[in-house]
Amino acid sequence: MTGIAAIAICEFKVALRNRWVAIAVLIMALFAAVLSAAGSAPSGELGVDKLSLTVASLTSLAVYLVPLVALLMAFDAISGEKERGTLPLLLTYPVSRLEILLGKFVAHLGTLALAIAVGYAIAALAALSFDSQALQGLPALARLYLTSLLLGAAFLGLGYAISAVAARPGAAAGAAIAVWLILIVLYDLALLASVVADNGGAFTQSVFPWLLLANPADAFRLYNLAASEGTSAATGLGGAAQTISPGFALVSVAAWSVIAIGLATAAFRSVKP
Amino acid sequence: MPTLTLSHVTKSFRDQRALCDVTLSVDAGERVALLGHNGAGKSTLMKIVLGLIAADSGTIAILGSPQGSPAARRATSYLPENVAFHPALSGLEQLRLYLRLRGEPVDQAADLLERVGLGSAGRRRIGGYSKGMRQRVGLAQALIGRPQLLVLDEPTSGLDPVSRRDFYSILNDLAGAGTAILLSSHALTEVEAQTDRIAILSNGLLVANDSLASLRRRAALPIQVQIATRPDTVEEVVRRVAGTRVNGTRVELTCRHDNKLTRLAEVAGLGDLVEDVEIIPPSLEQIYHHFSKAGAEQ
Repeated sequence: MTGIAAIAICEFKVALRNRWVAIAVLIMALFAAVLSAAGSAPSGELGVDKLSLTVASLTSLAVYLVPLVALLMAFDAISGEKERGTLPLLLTYPVSRLEILLGKFVAHLGTLALAIAVGYAIAALAALSFDSQALQGLPALARLYLTSLLLGAAFLGLGYAISAVAARPGAAAGAAIAVWLILIVLYDLALLASVVADNGGAFTQSVFPWLLLANPADAFRLYNLAASEGTSAATGLGGAAQTISPGFALVSVAAWSVIAIGLATAAFRSVKP
Repeated sequence: MPTLTLSHVTKSFRDQRALCDVTLSVDAGERVALLGHNGAGKSTLMKIVLGLIAADSGTIAILGSPQGSPAARRATSYLPENVAFHPALSGLEQLRLYLRLRGEPVDQAADLLERVGLGSAGRRRIGGYSKGMRQRVGLAQALIGRPQLLVLDEPTSGLDPVSRRDFYSILNDLAGAGTAILLSSHALTEVEAQTDRIAILSNGLLVANDSLASLRRRAALPIQVQIATRPDTVEEVVRRVAGTRVNGTRVELTCRHDNKLTRLAEVAGLGDLVEDVEIIPPSLEQIYHHFSKAGAEQ
């Protein structure tokens, strides 16, 4: 336990010094502010409170940004130690590799939690100041915040696994961007193309929903858009999302965060200093 | 019980032999120098002792615990060759991490830096430190919690002569308090004065493991006697001791260890013909070459 705390304190200091905390907070705040300013004019027509609407927009934003920021913080975690030559000394200390990894994880997730909290708070305050009914959307915002952390945890874990396998930080950075591109952008495009080609056939009915669940980012989006009536209405989400229980989507995101940390631990254990 | 025991340790990388049946122990308070060419297996041996890599066969125990076990790691400190730290952290911050990892109070950080002569630079980032300063931070972290075994890989390579002296005085304090010290070095003359025992690795084999005096006896290398004469007596001295004339006032002769006293008696018998005599025992370099050559032939 003291090992995890020691690493976490040190990593948070490094994140502060390398401006990672500032950069992450700034990115989230900036995008949330732009999103609020762009506004959600049609809320009145849908009969949905403004905060629920904001949560729907924030979900689409978070699905891109949270994995990106998480991967950017994680890719250097082990490959950087290898490159600097700091790993052998650290590994002779009475601290296990799992503790080292969890220490870094606590610091990075803390940074992410802070950045996301600032971003969502800006968006929520904007919504609340324009709509007195907006308090109705608070549970949706809370769900979004917690699942954003789970999504961040999953991508931090994937980032650490990449970092452990990669020989150098440069290679790790490249691989991290590739993972982001595949899981966040190309995966959805491929599914879309398949659904269009399938034209409502067996694939769309029975395979497609599970493929959505299998990707943590899609599961995150599905859960947040389907879990609240307000946001479902606001996005007009239909089709696949309604055939899958939001509970499954939540389990998928949570499972991914655990699996990813497990993968990272296994990869780190096989690193020879 | 010795602090560190290696018995019959063997390690290969693919088909490259790194260590072959190495048996070695270091007692509490003993300072052992590990010598060998680059690639002789010194760093491999150290990494095995530290639990960073596993041996193919053989056993390693630190105070009775296997290498790499939590108990062994708690008892052991390490100073790697070309030690590196996170450049964004200050010396103090970096030491606080290591203190926390060993469960020691973090307020010792300033004292530790003071002890290695870095008191004033503690708040600066390590990114701006010189190699010698980083090496001192490395030594400071190795002192945390009074280790029972200290493993040092080329510890003085980046240090100036004055720093080296300070460095060895710290090591001697530790050894005096019972720390077993295993250090590798290329600076043979330095090791000669500062260690109790010398272990020589050659091509993965432990070819020597004894005190310098014993190694010197076993190698039986010739001892050199340099005689300073007056300009007009040099010829006579050469004739009477059957030596070699070096220049107008110097004669050299060599002798084996067992007839050293006889030869010296002859020189003493020259009386006024001689101004001064110096006896030069075989240097550690010569002894080292003698043993490592023997290993290379195996």
